[in-house]
Amino acid sequence: MTSKNIAVQIDNVVKRYGSVTALHGVSLDILENEFFTLLGPSGCGKTTLLRSIAGFEDVTAGTIQLKGKDITGQPPHQRPVNTVFQQYALFPHMTVTDNVMFGLLRSGWNKPEAVRRVHEVLELVQLSDFAERKPGQMSGGQQQRVALARALAPRPEVLLLDEPLSALDLKLRQAVRVELKALQRETGIAFIFVTHDQEEALTMSDRIAVMSSGRVQQIGTPREIYESPVNRFVADFIGETNLLDVDVQSVTDGMAQIVLPGGSAFSCPAAAVVDPGKGHLSVRPERITLCEAGAGNFNATVLGQVYLGTDIHLQVSLADEEKIDVRLQNSEATVVPETGSHIGLQLEAGAARLLAD
Amino acid sequence: MAGGAPMGAGTGSDIYRGNGLKLMLPAWIMIGIFLLVPVIIVGVYSFLTKEFRGGVIWEFSLDAYDQFFFDRGLFGDEPPTLEWTYIGIFWRSIWQAGLATIACLLIGFPTAWFIATREASSRSIWLFLVTIPYWVNLLIRTVSMKFLIRDTGPLNEFLLSIGLINEPLGLINTNFAVQLGLFYSYLPFMVLPIYAAVERYDFALSEAAADLYAGAWTTLRLVILPVVKPGIIAGCILVFVPSLGAFLAPDLLGGAKTFMIGSLIEEQFKGSAGNWPFGAAASMILLSIVLVVLMVYARNQNKEGTS
Repeated sequence: MTSKNIAVQIDNVVKRYGSVTALHGVSLDILENEFFTLLGPSGCGKTTLLRSIAGFEDVTAGTIQLKGKDITGQPPHQRPVNTVFQQYALFPHMTVTDNVMFGLLRSGWNKPEAVRRVHEVLELVQLSDFAERKPGQMSGGQQQRVALARALAPRPEVLLLDEPLSALDLKLRQAVRVELKALQRETGIAFIFVTHDQEEALTMSDRIAVMSSGRVQQIGTPREIYESPVNRFVADFIGETNLLDVDVQSVTDGMAQIVLPGGSAFSCPAAAVVDPGKGHLSVRPERITLCEAGAGNFNATVLGQVYLGTDIHLQVSLADEEKIDVRLQNSEATVVPETGSHIGLQLEAGAARLLAD
Repeated sequence: MAGGAPMGAGTGSDIYRGNGLKLMLPAWIMIGIFLLVPVIIVGVYSFLTKEFRGGVIWEFSLDAYDQFFFDRGLFGDEPPTLEWTYIGIFWRSIWQAGLATIACLLIGFPTAWFIATREASSRSIWLFLVTIPYWVNLLIRTVSMKFLIRDTGPLNEFLLSIGLINEPLGLINTNFAVQLGLFYSYLPFMVLPIYAAVERYDFALSEAAADLYAGAWTTLRLVILPVVKPGIIAGCILVFVPSLGAFLAPDLLGGAKTFMIGSLIEEQFKGSAGNWPFGAAASMILLSIVLVVLMVYARNQNKEGTS
């Protein structure tokens, strides 16, 4: 990875508010033309990091480089990045055209070119018919696209998006996800997207940085994050998972020999740093299959089921009372065991993963 | 989804519509008793004939307005020429009130901004401090101001004692003293509406402006001021209108040279020099000026609302 195709390089950034530390030395490289997501629960530091890139927060230590240029101390109005704000922050007294034109005129575009550019971006977000409306006369989804157009118009080096979908209803959110991704491909610039919604992150991102407590927990593609979480936090935060306490016998070449609850031996991939002793096994509910009692890795008793439409959610308890969630696809062939019946659970090879804390 | 219904276009509830008139009754009674009736009384008096030593004779007369605008010589038998005395007083009053309004705006806006950007818990304390002077009667405050700034008052004595000036500033009985008095009397009326507007201001807008390459001054000029404009205009009206009719500050701080409308009107209704119809006519003319100002403002608001 040469520095040539790095759009934003964040090096050991620390942010403290008084005695509270929001970012504990975060380092990240965001590539050009990449849809990069900062994902984490509220208070994890993702928004602080985004605001530091935009220049709204002064970092306590560390550097931020944009295309190889140090921008750490620059005020926001000198940074060639633009932001789509969570509540859009459209100028209420200006028309859509004036909103979009604002950044163009402030960054030295001449009037005729700015007018042309406004038409172009309004076309891009399909709002050409609304050019003379004011934000208050538009729906939430339309306002969101004005915010996008306004941020994209001055051709920023990087587009920052601060939970821009959170104010939309579900149906619209799903449609906008697809549009956003297409827009990123079309513009060819890096999008840095902040969200707490793991589904959003998984469906749109090229890469995701999972954050918690001011630290980056894992960086990877959606598939890597989902299928190979490095620790309990990531496994638990991304999707649903069952975390089982297991005895670790040995770890060699990334494969762990473990003893499952109930006593049967099992071998599975381990996250980088797991020592023998107690460990946590992460098993996704949809990667467990049912079988006859005694034939699988565990024996279990069915506690109940929840019908979810596409899936059927089964809750079972193991011999030691530990509860496990199992997800069965809802198809003609699916036989759902009755509550109280004794069944066996089979773990698919590679479906489980041993995690450090 | 390109044709979504516009929001905020008359989506109010219908529940109250049928009861509209009934519900407005208290407001109409208030406006009627305390606004319309007094204005009508003053209006009627302005068209009556004056009785010496106060009061009126119930005979229709245009003398009051004639006296305001025209000079017919000492005995009233010369051809009329335009009378500049009262127009001059009005003009000076408008000028004084305008300057006081500008001074209030220049100090009031930063003050309001300061208060609105404090922590929510301490804002009410700051607001309370702004309103504290109102616990004391305006007359007493204006007299106190007179004592503070007169030639032998604490301000001059202090400046003399530290050697900054060699002789008293001579502030009393000047236009400046009147403006100072008006400024001090009405500053809270500027601070409070601007505070209310700034407090509602979404600071993400300033961030958005900075993000779109606007520096601090550009952000103030193109985003902050236009968004909080209703508060600024409300504050300006609340300062300008009472300043225009004020008589305490001009009387006590200004002296004869700075005679203002308020003093002129006041004089007509008290003492032996009184001329009630003339005072009423001057009041009606003042009211007309204020109404024109307000209507221009209302018109601008409507234009903005519909564009």
